[in-house]
Amino acid sequence: MSLVLGLLAQALGRALRYSAPRRAGHEPRGRAMEQDKALEVYDIIRTIRDPEKPNTLEELEVVTESCVEVNEIGEDEYLVIIRFTPTVPHCSLATLIGLCLRIKLQRCLPFRHKLEIYISEGTHSTEEDINKQINDKERVAAAMENPNLREIVEQCVTEPD
Amino acid sequence: MKEALQPLCRVAAHPEARCWFLAWSPGGGLLASCGGDRTVRLWAREGPGWACRAVLGEGHQRTVRRVAWSPCGSYLASASFDATTCIWKKGDDGFECVTTLEGHENEVKSVAWAPSGNLLATCSRDKSVWVWEVDEEEEYECVSVLNSHTQDVKHVVWHPNQELLASASYDDTVKLYREEEDDWVCCATLEGHESTVWSLAFDRSGERLASCSDDKTVRIWQQYKPGNEEGVACSGTDPTWKCVCNLSGYHSRTIYDVAWCHLTGALATACGDDAIRVFEESASSTPQQPTFSLTAHVPRAHSQDVNCVAWNPKEPGLLASCSDDGEIAFWKYQRPEVC
Repeated sequence: MSLVLGLLAQALGRALRYSAPRRAGHEPRGRAMEQDKALEVYDIIRTIRDPEKPNTLEELEVVTESCVEVNEIGEDEYLVIIRFTPTVPHCSLATLIGLCLRIKLQRCLPFRHKLEIYISEGTHSTEEDINKQINDKERVAAAMENPNLREIVEQCVTEPD
Repeated sequence: MKEALQPLCRVAAHPEARCWFLAWSPGGGLLASCGGDRTVRLWAREGPGWACRAVLGEGHQRTVRRVAWSPCGSYLASASFDATTCIWKKGDDGFECVTTLEGHENEVKSVAWAPSGNLLATCSRDKSVWVWEVDEEEEYECVSVLNSHTQDVKHVVWHPNQELLASASYDDTVKLYREEEDDWVCCATLEGHESTVWSLAFDRSGERLASCSDDKTVRIWQQYKPGNEEGVACSGTDPTWKCVCNLSGYHSRTIYDVAWCHLTGALATACGDDAIRVFEESASSTPQQPTFSLTAHVPRAHSQDVNCVAWNPKEPGLLASCSDDGEIAFWKYQRPEVC
């Protein structure tokens, strides 16, 4: 009998543990922490330069404060979601911006995080295709080994002296 | 549940770079690793830990994504983002690059040796799978270019005892290929995953195939041959593969690798949530409806994404893993009492 109860408890424990992660951000302190982190993220991405125009992503409203979402997913670990709006519906440019966002955050974000980047809904005809590419880390890594692409990304993400 | 998988040792394998893949030598004594620093490294036991025995650094101009040992253990193949595959031969002075296979239009994502040792397969972002034949004079010849996938092909694996090849792709499918009258053809397409399929693993018998995906699930496919008892329809002489199990709800991010131990039957996964998980077929499992239960879960196995898990082919329970943080970790797995 106790073996059955033990198994039942184990199964229940497993079911509870693997249900959708509890939003730690429901508590006021957690929520404030998440908002702080979101601002930290925004501070890093707003100065990224657009690949084509001599303006920052903030100036062109490609990114805004509200386009950054941060959720606590574990002890000192956060899920960062960015939804950016490309200026033109040109596929390669949108992918390039996605690449710049990923690379700069990979290099500059000091806290432990997982990153998801999406084109804000309804702004692009092939957004699913672009979203899939910019969230495929193997594709991103290979792209950054292409000298031409790398050069463009470096120019967009490097802070002016 | 953490207790079933115990950490043994950790090494900083690829400095300042990702470690992408690991492969144990057929004899189980050497572990080959490869990574973003463009090298292949060989590791062997030294005392209680593991040490680097060789660094193969002159082969590639870009990331080395995958390494594979020949069944005899004398050759190592390395697949790179530089669009080439190097073949390294073991000599008295270590490994030397003896051939470079070219032809893919862009990054080579995977390479695999067939159990016979005479065939090699490679796959690439150019959407193709290439089959190569190697003769006694160590000459490599491409015998087939398969263009069945519609997107980037991530991985290729050979069946353990048939000349059957499987590939996993960004197009969300798994495809199987066999030789038919001097040419290779696609004989099955396994659909079901809702996003990129990253890796594949056959079980020891080759009757089952595990696939893992960006959709955060592991699927188990089973082979049904023509005239099978269960009445599963087959087209012509080709077996049908059906999805008999879907492990969902366990992983919170992309699953990059799955490894099926041929000694114990345990299934390990490498996940983008930094965790390693092990599954075993449960007592209540039936052949047509297998069920698997989670027997080990190490939440922070690495400080970043886990890219690969590999079971040692000779020592039951010895598992190696590697990560975006450049480290390799060694683990001892012991199946828990109740499953």
